Amino acid sequence: MKTKSKAIFKTIDIVLLLAVLGVAIAVDAFMPVGLPATVLKKGAVFAVVAVSMNLLNGFTGLFSLGQAGFMLLGAYTYAIFSIPLEARESVYYMQDHLAGFLHVAELPVIPAMIAAGLIAAVFAFLIGLPVLRLKSDYLAIATLGFAEIVGAFAKWDTLGPITNAPNPLVNYPKFSKVTTYFIVAGVCIAIIALLVRSTYGRAFKAIRDDEIAAEAMGINLAKHKMISFVTSSFFAGVGGAMLAMFQSKAQANSFTTALTYEILLIVVIGGIGSLSGSVIASFLYIACSEWWLRFLDTPDVIPGLTRNGFRLVVFSAVIMIIVLFFRRGLMGDKEFSTERLVKGSKQLVRNLQDKRKAKEAK
Amino acid sequence: MNNLLKLEDITMQFGGVVAVNNLSLEVNEGEIVSLIGPNGAGKTTAFNVVTGVYEPTNGRVSFDGRAIVESYPHGKMRKAYAGENRGVYKKRIVKTPDKITKLGVARTFQNIRLFKSMTVLENVLVAMHMRRKSNLFTATFLLNRKEEKEMRRKAEELLEKVGLLDVKDELATSLPYGKQRRLEIARALATEPKLLLLDEPAAGMNPQETDELTAFIRSIRDEFGLTIFMIEHHMNLVMDISDRIYVIDFGKLIARGVPAEIQNNGVVIKAYLGVSEDA
Repeated sequence: MKTKSKAIFKTIDIVLLLAVLGVAIAVDAFMPVGLPATVLKKGAVFAVVAVSMNLLNGFTGLFSLGQAGFMLLGAYTYAIFSIPLEARESVYYMQDHLAGFLHVAELPVIPAMIAAGLIAAVFAFLIGLPVLRLKSDYLAIATLGFAEIVGAFAKWDTLGPITNAPNPLVNYPKFSKVTTYFIVAGVCIAIIALLVRSTYGRAFKAIRDDEIAAEAMGINLAKHKMISFVTSSFFAGVGGAMLAMFQSKAQANSFTTALTYEILLIVVIGGIGSLSGSVIASFLYIACSEWWLRFLDTPDVIPGLTRNGFRLVVFSAVIMIIVLFFRRGLMGDKEFSTERLVKGSKQLVRNLQDKRKAKEAK
Repeated sequence: MNNLLKLEDITMQFGGVVAVNNLSLEVNEGEIVSLIGPNGAGKTTAFNVVTGVYEPTNGRVSFDGRAIVESYPHGKMRKAYAGENRGVYKKRIVKTPDKITKLGVARTFQNIRLFKSMTVLENVLVAMHMRRKSNLFTATFLLNRKEEKEMRRKAEELLEKVGLLDVKDELATSLPYGKQRRLEIARALATEPKLLLLDEPAAGMNPQETDELTAFIRSIRDEFGLTIFMIEHHMNLVMDISDRIYVIDFGKLIARGVPAEIQNNGVVIKAYLGVSEDA
């Protein structure tokens, strides 16, 4: 009986997953342009980055704020290698001084995305060697500093022949369909989920729970922190490439610390230590900030109060309310499943009934 | 009998404080040896040196005939060193705790350190991670299912032996105190040690629980062919279970011997009760 209901719940979970893909296909078919498509694309991108950040912050307990830096590395790597050779001279402002390899190196979309992840991972490895010895806030400060430095380097004139300095990189191939975004994001998230559920994931959680005990149980702290940091950065790099596609231009200005904070906010709202929480929160966050609250920006909703930018006031208030009522995020450290949803709502109904009964008894 | 663990002239100095002073001791294979002493005598510090948490200021630790930790006064300590046997040790061998665990030294902690967000079973599985054969790739992409299954089977077997199988899916921290202690020992056993270091295993236990623990420690020693080195304050437990006892006070060894000798040793009584010998 119990195993049977478990199987049913599992089937429903899979059906739900397919339904999500169905939504993407439907949006592609019936309204390829417009807010819903935009929200779904951006949501998918943010979901990848939020999940990668959660791997590091939520599962390994390493408080890092370097996400924007690794995304920038990913975005630039993707753009640099995937702009078609013949389009390059028109993209770069120093047309005659392109770096030599730019005249020959061109990668198709998927290899370029993998390269984006790899470059971010290599930088994570190098920066991780000194930085991962630091704990909590100090690690956050160091990684934040790294992200700022990467941003500054991307804008540096001397690197102009490669990065186009402060000017945007454009004209690279982009995913046009929501479905493509969803599939790529899904693959990335699935890999992270598998990693978290493996024996390595248990080692990460052990480090988060108690570093001293984890080390005494034979877990090599330096190695496992590095694995988590490099993997997280790899997917931040891929996410950066996807964001570059979404924005149609790669420019250092759009990978600021504010971007890291947005992702951190998503991770916190979704629940630190819950991958599904990060995914759900990404879509809710993007939908709220880009779509559902848009109407507040029109002056005549509440005359004298609503105006351009007012939505951000309401949005901030909504976030505060969520954080007040869901102290551990929407999902806590649990993962979403139909089984939990059903059991949870049953429990909720039971609690309400108990309360009512208690009231009647009085 | 060959000695499994050997400490030679271990001195651990923090700034001007000498926490462990020229401590030498041996633990032979198959023995249960206790390290006792008043609060602050340096017992846990000695454990931390053996397990690689601290690098000693001077001295050598050998395990299974091989030096695993060795150091001499260097850096600031070159001037500040206040201990003995300077110049005897010339090498520096420093291993992180995980490397020492891998050699076959497992430990428990004085203040229980379980992984609090994990279930009982997961706590044991974490300790098995070290001996895995899978790598990051095979583990992530589920190519190690056989090993994972084997790990779970072994973990459950271990939990059954320590009597925790029925609570394997509960959160480790939701267990009552005595069971948490047992789980810590089970977790240490999962690293497949030759030597088990127990830091005050009976702390906070009532007399009945202590008796159970005594039998439990004996049984795991026999079952797993272990050598046990422990710190303990419960004198009944120590006298009952130990083959030999070392007593330290202010970091220095003040007595050694079998339980009967220690019980009647005037120096030990003085250290513990703070009375003069003729009082």
